Amino acid sequence: MLRLGIDVGGTNTDAVLIDGQLVLAATKAPTTSDVTTGIVTAIGRLREEAGFDPADVAAVMIGTTHFINALVEGSRLAPTAAIRFGLPATSALPPLVDWPAALSKTIGGHSYLCHGGHEYDGSRIADLDEQEFRDVLDKAVQGGARSFAISSVFSPVNAEFELRAAEIIAEQLPGAPVSLSHEIGRMGLLGRENATIINAALRELAENVTTGLTETVLGAGIQAPVFLSQNDGTLMDVDHARRYPVATFASGPTNSMRGAAFLSEQSSCAVVDIGGTTTDVGILQNGFPREASTDVAVAGIQTNFRMPDVLSVGIGGGSHVGSGPIPEVGPQSVGYRLTQQALVFGGDQLTATDLAVAAGRADIGDAARVAHLDPAVVRAALDGVAGRIAEVVDRMRLSAEPIPVVAVGGGSILVPEQLDGASVVVRPEHYAVANAIGAAIAEVGGEVDRVFSVEPGRRDAVLDEARQEAVDRTVAAGARPGSVRVVDIEEVPLAYLPGNATRIRVKAVGELSLGGNDA
Amino acid sequence: MREITPLDLPDMARGAAVLGTGGGGDPYVGRLLAQQALLRHGPVQLVDPMEIDDDAVVIPTAFMGAPTVMLEKLPSGAELTAALQALEQLIGKKAAYTVSIEAGGLNSLIPFVAAAELGLPLIDADGMGRAFPELQMLLPTLGGVSATPMAIADERGNAVSLETVSNGWAERFARGVTIEMGCSAAVSLYVLTGRQVKDMMVHGTMTLCQRLGAAIREAGEAHRDPVAAATEVMGGRVVFRGKIVDVQRGTQGGFARGEAVLDGLADDLGSRMEVAFQNENLVASRDGEVVVSVPDLICLLDTDTGEPVTTETLRYGLRVSVVAAPCDPRWRSTEGLALAGPAYFGYDHEYVPV
Repeated sequence: MLRLGIDVGGTNTDAVLIDGQLVLAATKAPTTSDVTTGIVTAIGRLREEAGFDPADVAAVMIGTTHFINALVEGSRLAPTAAIRFGLPATSALPPLVDWPAALSKTIGGHSYLCHGGHEYDGSRIADLDEQEFRDVLDKAVQGGARSFAISSVFSPVNAEFELRAAEIIAEQLPGAPVSLSHEIGRMGLLGRENATIINAALRELAENVTTGLTETVLGAGIQAPVFLSQNDGTLMDVDHARRYPVATFASGPTNSMRGAAFLSEQSSCAVVDIGGTTTDVGILQNGFPREASTDVAVAGIQTNFRMPDVLSVGIGGGSHVGSGPIPEVGPQSVGYRLTQQALVFGGDQLTATDLAVAAGRADIGDAARVAHLDPAVVRAALDGVAGRIAEVVDRMRLSAEPIPVVAVGGGSILVPEQLDGASVVVRPEHYAVANAIGAAIAEVGGEVDRVFSVEPGRRDAVLDEARQEAVDRTVAAGARPGSVRVVDIEEVPLAYLPGNATRIRVKAVGELSLGGNDA
Repeated sequence: MREITPLDLPDMARGAAVLGTGGGGDPYVGRLLAQQALLRHGPVQLVDPMEIDDDAVVIPTAFMGAPTVMLEKLPSGAELTAALQALEQLIGKKAAYTVSIEAGGLNSLIPFVAAAELGLPLIDADGMGRAFPELQMLLPTLGGVSATPMAIADERGNAVSLETVSNGWAERFARGVTIEMGCSAAVSLYVLTGRQVKDMMVHGTMTLCQRLGAAIREAGEAHRDPVAAATEVMGGRVVFRGKIVDVQRGTQGGFARGEAVLDGLADDLGSRMEVAFQNENLVASRDGEVVVSVPDLICLLDTDTGEPVTTETLRYGLRVSVVAAPCDPRWRSTEGLALAGPAYFGYDHEYVPV
């Protein structure tokens, strides 16, 4: 059973072909502005290398930074109406309240409040006023809004108003994209609502990109289903991605860490991913990236996404090297122009990659062009790089125990065989395409996040109920039933609430089911 | 007297959440509410307690309820002024000032909303010097001030007034009303005179919050240790550095009670600390021995960033530093300890000041 993993990064589009646990072929191609041309080139190269029959490919997994980049650049966003059910509560902080002014303006600044929403116990704050909502819709449409983000207070407890709003929009504006907050975020109204608005603003782009991806894959003769990777290292199908583009946001670092785990067979380790400009360090626990403990702001917008906890430092394969007996390395970098500007490639900029070649750690380009470098200076500079990487690993790890360090990415030649605080340094085969491998091996997940009433003596029963719900959702998302396991449980009793109200969050994952022959 | 503008708020909210000792509400929501009010109505005057007249009428404003609920059902803003104005009507006097009852991410910032909307100056003080879970745990209670008459208001326009025989009874009735209002309500209580503010409240709390928040931010910007910077401002000490290895929680009597277990790192390697909480952190024990307890402050800060960690956000794997800081000395009196000491919360150890 063949899987095709593709990572569309800002610079390179990486592609790998995997059969079970075996990497059959791996390649890199430059990313193109239309995304799809780069993918076509990469798939073409894989076919030259491995000569596979497109009919044998069972699934195509794609990781992309396209959507988060669109938000950061504030381009290709749809004019969006943010409509919240919460009146008479919540009016002190209306939708879009803490958004950067420019970004709010880009999506049209349409912020509306309607009566509705629920209390913590599921009772109504106010009844839905359908006429009020229809009037708001009219106003939004007249203002130019084309995509709709709907939020409602305590919708994770009771989603009736968000669902009714979707029905009304479907009646009044057939085909208009609607994003509902209870399907997108967790408890915490502003964070969930912001994620929903971002999602809505990306819906038109998602339509184009997913259609392009599907056609590209079909055009390469591959009939297999296409999936996109999500923030938590699990997959969604193309139809889901079309509706929930925001779920792709942190897939880059997640894929690189999961790929590193797969290649190195380490499930708990530090992953050092060195690209052209930066080094990103993350921690894997039981095969999954450790998540950031605090809410993450994306493009200046507070969200409650779960993002991997990643610490970055400005060292990469393209980093400029300073002068003096112990030269500084980075943070300036030649970036994707490495293959023109580095000494070993005939350029005139001394880079970190040149140091690695001079020290005999890598065989790239023309080693003769760096033969003149003073070995003592090269060693001092590389020691400095190693020291700084070790420092970042040290800040990320949770115990004083040395931990395994897995080095991936094109720049990982900068990591020495031994690193302070590392029990072992592993640089696995195919280290340069760990991202694409992470995409190719991704699993599917399901999550429950709700307030349960936990009567005395019933805690185990309630937890079992929540677990089962998470497992069912995972299977519904496409996992093979026997492979699903619960990976995270969190209970938060709600202070001051009667009835032992407890917020329970359960996350489950499982292997992707690819028809009947993958048992 | 000085003017507070939106630029002052982020540091103030961060510092207030540190003094909130795990409770006191979410600093992000608190900061945003105050920011919106100041943007709409202009700056608020922050007044030193010693500047006000002895017979001035001072009416505190606060939010009461479950912090998790307030993250979801945000206020309308109108409930705060409704509570304050309902109380004005009960006593037949107008407020000259408002003030916060506790230091905490939400409740230190909430009075700015009432102050901005009603054009009242805010007094640079609070009633606890930290956050406590129950409304009778105010220094003015020790001074014999009644929490009632008290007004509780919701976003619908309901306002309930209370007259009780003790501040403990005020807590019980107010808790019940708050639950009926959806576990989040605005309260106005403890009508004070200027003299009582001078004699009974903790002076300079808002300024301290701002200094504390600024110290953490500036240390981070300069790559210095933000935890050390916070500890210095509070006059406290770091009693433990570790990572959270377990969080047990349960709901008892309408409060989130529980315990976080920390395994030591660095100098504390091999040791273990347990931090018990009831919304706020109550007792910290190292290897079974109590090292800090209420009424002193037990603040958990993210070891890397110095950001305060509230009890709702405690989670496995977080690297935190436990900072102990002295409470206001009046909490250490026999009466203060009876009101908010270890025995009140069901512990049998002797209180040993930090």
